[in-house]
Amino acid sequence: MKRRLLLWLPFGLVAALFVVFYAGLKHPDDHVIASRMVGQPLPQFAAAPAFPDRPGAATADFADGKPRLLNVFASWCVPCRDEVPMLVRLRELGAEVDGIAVHDAAPDLRQFLAQYGDPYARIGLDAAGRAQMAFGSAGVPETFVVDGRGRILYQQIGVVTEADVPRLMAMLAGGK
Amino acid sequence: MRALALALVLAAAPLAVQQGPAPDYAEVSLPDPAKEARALALMDSIRCVVCQGQPISGSNADLAGDMRRMIRERIAAGDSPEQVRAWLVGKYGDWVSFKPEVKGETAPLWLVPLLALAGGGWLVSRRLRTRRKQENA
Repeated sequence: MKRRLLLWLPFGLVAALFVVFYAGLKHPDDHVIASRMVGQPLPQFAAAPAFPDRPGAATADFADGKPRLLNVFASWCVPCRDEVPMLVRLRELGAEVDGIAVHDAAPDLRQFLAQYGDPYARIGLDAAGRAQMAFGSAGVPETFVVDGRGRILYQQIGVVTEADVPRLMAMLAGGK
Repeated sequence: MRALALALVLAAAPLAVQQGPAPDYAEVSLPDPAKEARALALMDSIRCVVCQGQPISGSNADLAGDMRRMIRERIAAGDSPEQVRAWLVGKYGDWVSFKPEVKGETAPLWLVPLLALAGGGWLVSRRLRTRRKQENA
């Protein structure tokens, strides 16, 4: 009896594998790629100023004792349009919001900011995605919480919504 | 003869055009074929984080182009492909590399085939032994 059961074992294993493969086909994995930089000091990066009257963003700007939100966005990114009003709200609540604009150009950015809102104290242009890669960011929009010593506390992947506001403000308050 | 000369001139024309501004290494090969080969091999084994099923060598996503450019620049500057891979894994995690690392979490990948082979060998040897016994009986 035991032997007969043992004979079925390989068949059972293969059948189980096929169930797993089939499930995998039905649910292709859509991985959210989280940055490995969370918990680490800011990477070395320098994003040139997008506008002459506003500073860009670079590593050295961030360790001045002031916690900030660093928003990775782009004027061509549709969800970013919906996000900007929430960032403006965060700014009104006292958050410092800086921006890195990925694959963007100053004229497009100017129009985007005029149309949807402008919460940014700094805006750096990241034409070749170098800053984005240094942060381990896989898309736009993403928002990093950076503490006053220049450490990355948190990465928000996707649009900041109303529900995220209290959490982000609490992290900024705790990040001095 | 004249046709041949014309053909040669036409073939050479793109070369002349290329000597413009610095090339964008997202799409342009490195001048050193050995380095280009190393860069290409690495690009084939780095996952595009935007379109995920594809390596960055075959992806049209902007970020994949950024990664190709970064890889070619770093290989040209003398970094080894594994150094560049380690840098990317440090930013995006193991998921970004198609080449599995040997470490505790991934040990089953290597151990399971060996165990399966050993198990199979054991089953076959038992089978042969019982058959031999039957033949001898």
